[in-house]
Amino acid sequence: MLLHDTALIYGRYLRQSLRSRFALLFGVLMPLLYLLFFGPLLTDLPLGERGSSWQVLVPGLLCQLGLFGASFAGFAIIIEKGQGVVERMRVTPVSRLALLLGRVLREATVFVFQAVLLVLAAMAMGLRAPLAGVLIGFGFVALLTVSLAALSYALAMKLSTPQGFGPAINALTMPSMLLSGLMLPMSLGPAWLDVLSHLMPFRYLVDAVRDAYVGTYATAHMLYGVLVAVGLTAVSVTVGTRVFRTAGA
Amino acid sequence: MAIISTAGLARTFRTKRGPVDAVRGIDLTVREGEILGFLGPNGAGKTTTLRMLTTLLAPTGGAATVAGCDLATDPAGVRRACGYVAQSGGVDPQITVREELVTQGRLYRLTKTQAAERAGELARDLGLTELLDRKCAALSGGQRRRLDIAMALTHRPEVLFLDEPTTGLDPGSRADLWELVRRLRDEHGTTVFLTTHYLDEADALSDRLVVVDRGVVVAEGTPGALKLEYGGSIDATLQDTFLAITGRSAAPADAAP
Repeated sequence: MLLHDTALIYGRYLRQSLRSRFALLFGVLMPLLYLLFFGPLLTDLPLGERGSSWQVLVPGLLCQLGLFGASFAGFAIIIEKGQGVVERMRVTPVSRLALLLGRVLREATVFVFQAVLLVLAAMAMGLRAPLAGVLIGFGFVALLTVSLAALSYALAMKLSTPQGFGPAINALTMPSMLLSGLMLPMSLGPAWLDVLSHLMPFRYLVDAVRDAYVGTYATAHMLYGVLVAVGLTAVSVTVGTRVFRTAGA
Repeated sequence: MAIISTAGLARTFRTKRGPVDAVRGIDLTVREGEILGFLGPNGAGKTTTLRMLTTLLAPTGGAATVAGCDLATDPAGVRRACGYVAQSGGVDPQITVREELVTQGRLYRLTKTQAAERAGELARDLGLTELLDRKCAALSGGQRRRLDIAMALTHRPEVLFLDEPTTGLDPGSRADLWELVRRLRDEHGTTVFLTTHYLDEADALSDRLVVVDRGVVVAEGTPGALKLEYGGSIDATLQDTFLAITGRSAAPADAAP
């Protein structure tokens, strides 16, 4: 039943995404601009990492794509709440977990599509990375997308004022982006900043994807990355489902 | 036989300014096949009660059964037995009528073929056949309401909850909707639990009225009996009766979100 319901909800929202192809491309615009106008600045800088500057930057941009794309996913549910669609679905016997999973899997699908575009563009700019590493990178950021989208939906369900949603998300995503070293490795910074950034879960994902992009898979970064990604997903989906089950007010 | 019965059903919302008792304790019974008009001023707790009876909102006190299923212990049973049309409806304007109806059928676990058949049936019953391939956004107010109701009837529920179903409709569409509600009850024996602010509607449609105010039931009976008891005569208007029951002409600010 869970599978049936999830597929149903997923199909509904995937068709919704396909209807707005413009938004689909627009989502990838920001990381693409970073790639074009920021990437070339790094090519000759000593970044203290293995591989080329593209192998450092592109994993960061993928996480940025996931971070910003998924964090704002909740906007969709604010609109649907207003239309009464959420309640209409919640009075049917449909699985509450499926209401969440179907939606977040759509976000993950959209992410993968945008991520492939981004990586292709990066390859044109000069990125060279092992295929396995690129695929592992997609896996990590897909999990990031799933967890952030789940949390974003949960927040949007709870929040009664849509005006508050944008600022709240902005206030959370900006420090997350800066502290996780998406643009430049945190190891370049002073010790206190490096320590601080270790409190930011996304940092472990970025480090793991960077390792994958230089083709080293059996590393401590990778282990921490997997643990954080799986832990974050489990917690977020649990929180999200709880909210869909009990959402009141 | 009672198809809905509640005892002390209550809901308190926690807000920054302290607890708000939206529903303080509703005791009511609805008989099978009855059309019940659920009246009350804005903020009296009508929508909150409906949302509790349809499992959308957990009660903070009391108990209720709908079609023999306990609200607290068998919400899935309640969902199978009831259909709900919210004030706002519940369709995506960008999706076609057919897609919404079929998806709704699938949400009630029909197979693809069954869901497509049921969508066709519902469209025929509710005069939506020609509109099946239109986007919901392209429907008129009356057509939208018929679609909302069709969605709620997908699984042939025993009880249909309608929250202000005719608000914003033109007189012709309202008359059509009344006809539809009566037909549902007469042909399928569906119990209809509806809220409205139109007292002529309540008068014309309901077998029995329940009036709530400040979260409790303040009066109940047939429209005639209420007029006699509170309005002073069987010829009193329901408007005067209603004001006599709720004891004021203007309601305070909405208490419930």
